[in-house]
Amino acid sequence: MAVNIVKDSYKSKVVEITVGTEANAIKIGGDSTLPFLHFEGEMPNKQVLCLEVFDMVPEGWPENLTAAYEGVMSDPVAWAKKCVEYGADMVALRLMSAHPDNSDTSPEDAAKTAKAVADAISVPMIVVGCGVEEKDAKVLEAVAEALAGKTCILGNATNENFKSITGACMVYGHSVVSQSPLDINLAKQMNILMTEMGLPNERIVMDPLSGAVGYGIEYAYSIMERARLGALMGDKMLGNPVIAYVGQETWKAKESKASVEEFPEWGEQAKRSILWEVVTACTLAQAGAAIFVLRHPESLKQLRVHFAKMMESNAY
Amino acid sequence: MGLTGLDIFKQLPKTNCKDCGQATCLAFAMQIAAGKAGLDGCPHVSSAAKEALEAASAPPVALVKIGTGEKEIQLGNETVLFRHDKRFEHPTAITISVNDTEDVAAKVQAVNKLVFDRVGMLFSVNMVAVINASGDAAKFADAVKTAQENTEFPLALCTEDAAAMGAALEVAGSKKPLIYAATAANYEAMAELAKKYECPLAVKGADINELADLSEKVSALGCKQLILDSGAREVNKMLADQTQIRRLAINKRFRPFGYPTIAIVTSEDPVQAVLDASVYISKYAGVVVLSTADPAEILPLITLRLNIYTDPQKPIAVESKLYAVGEPGPDAPVFVTTNFSLTYFCVQGDVEAARIPAYILPVDSDGTSVLTAWAAGKLTPDSITELIKKSGIEDKVNHKKLILPGGVAVLSGKLAEISGWEVLVGPYDSGGIPSFLKQRWV
Repeated sequence: MAVNIVKDSYKSKVVEITVGTEANAIKIGGDSTLPFLHFEGEMPNKQVLCLEVFDMVPEGWPENLTAAYEGVMSDPVAWAKKCVEYGADMVALRLMSAHPDNSDTSPEDAAKTAKAVADAISVPMIVVGCGVEEKDAKVLEAVAEALAGKTCILGNATNENFKSITGACMVYGHSVVSQSPLDINLAKQMNILMTEMGLPNERIVMDPLSGAVGYGIEYAYSIMERARLGALMGDKMLGNPVIAYVGQETWKAKESKASVEEFPEWGEQAKRSILWEVVTACTLAQAGAAIFVLRHPESLKQLRVHFAKMMESNAY
Repeated sequence: MGLTGLDIFKQLPKTNCKDCGQATCLAFAMQIAAGKAGLDGCPHVSSAAKEALEAASAPPVALVKIGTGEKEIQLGNETVLFRHDKRFEHPTAITISVNDTEDVAAKVQAVNKLVFDRVGMLFSVNMVAVINASGDAAKFADAVKTAQENTEFPLALCTEDAAAMGAALEVAGSKKPLIYAATAANYEAMAELAKKYECPLAVKGADINELADLSEKVSALGCKQLILDSGAREVNKMLADQTQIRRLAINKRFRPFGYPTIAIVTSEDPVQAVLDASVYISKYAGVVVLSTADPAEILPLITLRLNIYTDPQKPIAVESKLYAVGEPGPDAPVFVTTNFSLTYFCVQGDVEAARIPAYILPVDSDGTSVLTAWAAGKLTPDSITELIKKSGIEDKVNHKKLILPGGVAVLSGKLAEISGWEVLVGPYDSGGIPSFLKQRWV
């Protein structure tokens, strides 16, 4: 019996954004189907796998993570080069030292670091602030100027600080991460406000703020699914590629850090921590995420293999 | 997809005899559609009409049971393609396979240990699949016997040789194992065995078309407890088949696909195997079969399954009572939070990380988070005071100091007044608890 394959037809698709310059440019998004359903639409671009670099030595990382960056963690330029060596499509620089509780680095100094890293590597960059909204507004303005012409993604713009970040990115040609806390209506509102300022829609990346497996991933999963369905049905203000800060979430989970001595029933920590990162990323990819900010190079390697398989056609 | 009153009315005798207690046949039909009356209220309805209506009102994906007793597995009854549309009903049965050529007892005992504490509840794998890798019927029956003696989990018996299946069922048939699998070559004999032992039967096609064909044939032979295997083994193809089977069953009411599915993980790399299984858990698989019994590989899958199958409308909550972290003494700090399990376990984890024994009081907020509960008026000075009295914390500690979440600092004045406790405003994020305790408590 020949089964009548059900192919849904959609009237719209996810916005395609371009980052980086010339030969090193990467395209993201552009999907005209639900994730990996090649039988009813196109996924023209690969998932983007990024590794994270800090501008200060981060605390609390387990040994199997720090071991991957031994000798480079106090030098963001060397660290970023290491990430490129590990095969990262983009480097995500996190300007954590700008946090008032850390060294409260000035916007000018933070921008210098960003420029030094961008000049040293060939792949496009994501630059993320320290998470304090007022400070990030200033830091990212300086970064946007210092990286003029490099076509980066800067973030995270929130309801509190999106005006200055959006303005700076419009002037200097960068894309912006629009971040909203696990709410599809807020996500949409952010996109409307940013496009109303004159930022082209194809320069916005959405971050609905995901949790790791076991820490609320199901909320982000459903929001991402709804955004993707909305985008395919023609809602232009939900049709932006989605970024997932996977490493940031999974490496703070107890399951990634705790030793096998503490939890003998959980098995080996080194293995478990990688699985926590890759399972979170692979699940969010099923919901529609396109950019994955990871921490461990092994996770990147494994996800590369998985996504290559998922991108092979399954048309009937 | 419910039937409308008009659909039902078309099948009724249209006599308006009132024997059903309703004024007219149409009124009776409307009652059935609203779920307020059953079709058996009408003594005159024809059996053909009855069948048509029952088939139409049957769930799009049949409920299938594997095993007996406490560890019985229920699958199916799914009604949506996306969990946000309603919810996913029956969590994927995570199944670990064992070959009849390996040490069956040792592997099964390792499987028994795959039980994990998540948000205060225990979650485990669900089934052991015994595979006739040797091709030898006696060896297979032996392995099934050993497996059965060593575990309480239901079994899946995996061989395409009907004679070997018959021998294994003599050993295990009374415990309703899953028979895997009926194929184009053996389906008559397998259907016979499934009926004889009243066991659920897996149907395996070479592709999705052959699967539909076989499912129809086996169902015509009287087997209605089926599990579907489209034959796909690569994760990208499996995703397509799983999507088609679920869509056809729900959106098109395609009966041959109205059963739960089974997904067999074949990737040899252990990480890739876990990733394949993650895709199947998110995307509609009823049963996922893996060969690993390594807890580090199973824990993320058990956790992901719990997350995906959580009812989006009903947050998981912990009981509202006094909890101790470590072995707190009379000087231990006391934290207030809500009983949303995600909130509670974040706080608990961070208090644990501080390595200072403490008490936690989660206020009953109907499973909502701190700020949600505050906005909804469920985390109030009154509700906190009530919990303090009820929990018995006053007898456990020799001080009267409470630590309030930073996000609801505004409650502190009123709370101090009503409860008579001194209120310390803690950090906004529970991640700040260790440093807060170091600076403000010790």
